[in-house]
Amino acid sequence: MAEPLFTPEEQKKFDAGIAEILSHYPSDRKSAGMLPALRLLQDLKGWLPPEGLRLVAKNLEVTPERAYEVASFYVMYHLKKPGKYVIDVCTNLSCSLWGAEKMLAYLEQKLGMTAGETNDKFTLRETECLASCGTAPCLQINEDHHESLTQAKLDAILARLS
Amino acid sequence: MASTAKAVEPVISAAWGKPQSWTLDSYRSRGGYDGLKRALTMEPAAIIDEVKKSNLRGRGGAGFPTGMKWSFVPKDSPKPKYLAVNGDESEPGTFKDRYILENDPHMMLEGIAIASYALGVHTCYVYLRGEFKFQAERTQAAIDEAYKAGIFGKSMLGKDFQLDCYVVRGAGAYICGEETALLESLEGKKGWPRLKPPFPAVVGLFGSPTVVNNVETLASVPPILAKGAEWYARLGTDKSGGTHLVCLSGSVNRPGVYEVGMHTTILELIHDDQYGQGMPKGRKVKAVIPGGSSAPVLGADELDVALEFEALKMKQTMAGSGGVIVMDDATCMVRSLWRVARFYAEESCGQCTPCREGTPWQTRLLRKIEEGRGEPGDIDMLSNVASSIAPYPPIGLGNTICALGDAAALPTHSFLMRFRDEFEAHLREKRCPFGEHPWGSYGDWS
Repeated sequence: MAEPLFTPEEQKKFDAGIAEILSHYPSDRKSAGMLPALRLLQDLKGWLPPEGLRLVAKNLEVTPERAYEVASFYVMYHLKKPGKYVIDVCTNLSCSLWGAEKMLAYLEQKLGMTAGETNDKFTLRETECLASCGTAPCLQINEDHHESLTQAKLDAILARLS
Repeated sequence: MASTAKAVEPVISAAWGKPQSWTLDSYRSRGGYDGLKRALTMEPAAIIDEVKKSNLRGRGGAGFPTGMKWSFVPKDSPKPKYLAVNGDESEPGTFKDRYILENDPHMMLEGIAIASYALGVHTCYVYLRGEFKFQAERTQAAIDEAYKAGIFGKSMLGKDFQLDCYVVRGAGAYICGEETALLESLEGKKGWPRLKPPFPAVVGLFGSPTVVNNVETLASVPPILAKGAEWYARLGTDKSGGTHLVCLSGSVNRPGVYEVGMHTTILELIHDDQYGQGMPKGRKVKAVIPGGSSAPVLGADELDVALEFEALKMKQTMAGSGGVIVMDDATCMVRSLWRVARFYAEESCGQCTPCREGTPWQTRLLRKIEEGRGEPGDIDMLSNVASSIAPYPPIGLGNTICALGDAAALPTHSFLMRFRDEFEAHLREKRCPFGEHPWGSYGDWS
């Protein structure tokens, strides 16, 4: 028998989360809850497994294809299991003017991987503007912002990631 | 340069940096929700008139008069009406709305309450870009406070008027800052912009009349109601009331968000001690993008211009979202445009052919030129590709459903117009003349 998607505790959180999400929308517009529902699933599982997408679709009364269509459009949803830490480095104009490309190269060398790659511990990605242009360069680690980065500051942050 | 620019009394950023400025207690101690109190004594139509008289213009990019936008909502619609707050803030060079959400979210929430009462809206969605996790948490905490204080919920400060307000996080897509794509995303779909007309004021969220306003726009509403439209209008120019937030980034000593008057020029913003405090040592300004990466670039001799909708329009560029990006004389213009072009190629939603195919084509050509592989004809080809997405000078919208096409083409047109010699130098020398340092070399990562 296949392993169930959720532990009993996760199942409880998922059901409560879906009920809360649906209460924000008109009763005939359940499908509007797609973005928050996918986020709920990803927060529980770390990514969006196919059986999870089917479950979200069922709860929102749409086809699984519709859930996949939305999940594949937005870059923050993971359709494949990412590393424990997802590092998104902004290299857009304002950040590059403060050395972002060099910071990314340093990270690639230090982590032994190139942007776009995933291992068990890290997913390293180049990303678009994170609205930290005044505190460049910047990156996000699992959706937490780190700004005004120097090499010393970045080293200290990386040292805390176990 | 010392401080010569006329300082402004801050309207939006007054409390930033003060302890606990994001709490309801702090906001109330500064007269917070007084604007709403006054609004609730007025007829809804009179509130809309007040906002019209204030000359407040949208702060999201297009600069549309806010009161006029509100007046487009049909009064007798049998359908529910919605307010959607645009906090998608993803235009490169723009980072002001997050400071409102972090430092003073109640200012936006009061604007939401006033707008909803004026428009007869009972449900508001605050759409924040997905990366704003912290900002979403802080906004939600403020909303919770507003419910407890009887501002949101079944009644509004004792008045029989129900308003529910929800935060929705996006999931990483620049296009969702386009108002109709935002509505699609709020409906739980991929962010594909809709054809206009019909405009959202008539057919918006769930097919109902919907107003979409930017975070800063709504945060500007409470002072207008508290202190009066005439006071607010007088702060600005004939056609644009109030003060506004500008985001200064790139090659300056002190990047950041500054609240300035509509009269403040780009030169003042870069050099004045209150703002940017000048260029890094030994560097000169080469180019400035005045309104987010979509705005046409200006050269060094064009910067004595007010950061204001009409003044920048006279220079064939735009105030946009207030994102001022400064590039110095050690910065390669081809490299800069290549990076901007990559952004639009990545963020094109794929709905319209000229944008879907044109944006990666621009990127490929720019990479080829920057890497020294450019051939005769490539620069004209680049110009042609941009023109196929959106011709220059613009005649209304380009060849696409939404303005992302224009946003992708305008940088190319303007860089080629002002810095064509640099592109030609890349072809001539068969390399980037800036060598290993196309972004200059200063700061910690040089």
